[in-house]
Amino acid sequence: MIRIANGQGFWGDSLEAPLEQMRRGPLDYLTLDYLAEVTMSILQKQRSRDPRAGYARDFVEMIGRGAVDIASSGIKIVANAGGVNPDACRDAAAKALNRPGTRIGVVAGDNILDRLEALTARGVELKSMDTGEPLASILPRVQSANVYFGGEAIAHALAQGAQIVITGRTTDTGLVLGPMIYEFGWKANEWDKLAAGTIAGHTVECGAQCTGGNCQVDWQDLPDMAGIGYPIVEAEPDGAFVITKHQGTGGRVTVESIKEQLLYEMGDPREYITPDCIADFTSIQLEQVGPDRVRFSGIRGKPATDMYKVSISYSAGFKAIGTLMYSWPDAYAKAQAADAILRERLHRLGLRFDAIRTEFGGVNACHGTLAGEPSPEIAEVVLRVGVRSTERAPVERFTKEIAPLALNGPPTVTGLGSGRPKVEEIVAYWPALIPKTEASPAISVEET
Amino acid sequence: MARVKLVRIAHARSGDKGDTANVGLIALRPEFYPLLVQKVTAERVKEHFAGICLGAVQRFELPNLGALNFLLHESLDGGGTLSLKADAQGKTYGAALLRMEIDVPDDFLK
Repeated sequence: MIRIANGQGFWGDSLEAPLEQMRRGPLDYLTLDYLAEVTMSILQKQRSRDPRAGYARDFVEMIGRGAVDIASSGIKIVANAGGVNPDACRDAAAKALNRPGTRIGVVAGDNILDRLEALTARGVELKSMDTGEPLASILPRVQSANVYFGGEAIAHALAQGAQIVITGRTTDTGLVLGPMIYEFGWKANEWDKLAAGTIAGHTVECGAQCTGGNCQVDWQDLPDMAGIGYPIVEAEPDGAFVITKHQGTGGRVTVESIKEQLLYEMGDPREYITPDCIADFTSIQLEQVGPDRVRFSGIRGKPATDMYKVSISYSAGFKAIGTLMYSWPDAYAKAQAADAILRERLHRLGLRFDAIRTEFGGVNACHGTLAGEPSPEIAEVVLRVGVRSTERAPVERFTKEIAPLALNGPPTVTGLGSGRPKVEEIVAYWPALIPKTEASPAISVEET
Repeated sequence: MARVKLVRIAHARSGDKGDTANVGLIALRPEFYPLLVQKVTAERVKEHFAGICLGAVQRFELPNLGALNFLLHESLDGGGTLSLKADAQGKTYGAALLRMEIDVPDDFLK
């Protein structure tokens, strides 16, 4: 049995969680997921300004703070912290670790930004999986393009003796599956086992979202949420595994908390497609086998497809969102009146937007008309207006029309906060598929 | 017959993929699952999310988990960074589904 922990569910997650995971008990692996869909474009921008940047800096800080634990325990670490510059991330991590002789592996080869023109020119269309449009229509606006590799590449790096594996855009599930493939010697056609490792990865990839975080069942009664424990997979060679957490930590691992996470961001549950296999979530058998222990068994998988998914980001215009808060009496009516005034002013200024959207926080921002009509005595309402345009100028002008309402609109208004809203550049996501023959992971393992 | 809100017999979690929201609906007890299958149809969910879900609704069954998974297409104002919604990732749509009321036999919750 091997113990694989998750210490990070996204870039921005708890800085303490990975250290707590290492310090609270024996683990074989610590996995860390830093990359969301739009993270790559942010990192690409950072790298274009500084050739040594473009990776998750939180990871390097964690390696520095955890250096003693990493060296003394011999724990292996797998992280997709490399972003668009995994080599620079390795160098920075080696420096932070400051333990000569440590073997660090890098899984790269995912970055195909420089190859897009050549690929599309010879007929690899990279059509949007959402709209079916070919990439050519947005090619000049592309900011990043990365292939999702799976667990197999990570297993290769581990087989070459890496104690730390840093990847670019690998799948979140691959971070957990990779160590299982390596440790148990799973073959590339053992689809049921690969599916089990994939589902283990999916369960823990969002960190504490499977140990009580966001759980609707008994949320008021979950113990010590300030000290919530992050998940640990206890994996067996046959593909069965238990999800648990360290003793003495907060939160709770129950069949309910696990089921919620299993369904998170789920499409067709019979066809969960990864580079390693297709996992069937309808085959999972769950059993509560002890306090904070849920056992998974019976998982079935099918052969992987011959395509990799590609995460492409592109510049898609500008947006800005402004808010103002109105208090009792007539809070909702005032917010509605202010919205009408604002829209009339935008109209008189001749501003055109691709979209303009008003929501009333406290009334309908989350659930729309399902929330019903608010009480006439409602204490306060947040007016939230957003605009979007392919042009920067009208969005910029919009940001200057919110603040005047603090003086020249309906009364009992506040919450202008830090002044004018900011114009944001929209970096949108373009998911596509690429034949596996067109990209392959570049694996290197070096001693520090 | 009695009417109950789904929040009494189920829990839920929701998330996004682009402009599509997914809502996982999970029976709080195994005996509630057949009722979810029978009453919470794709059509019913589409009707429930009128004004929010502008596209089709797909439903998938996970009897092993006592759960249904719904895909609500065109529900997030373009989704991701394009969206102007406060809840651009549909994180609260699970709770929105739990507002739905269904008919159950009078003695069902006893």
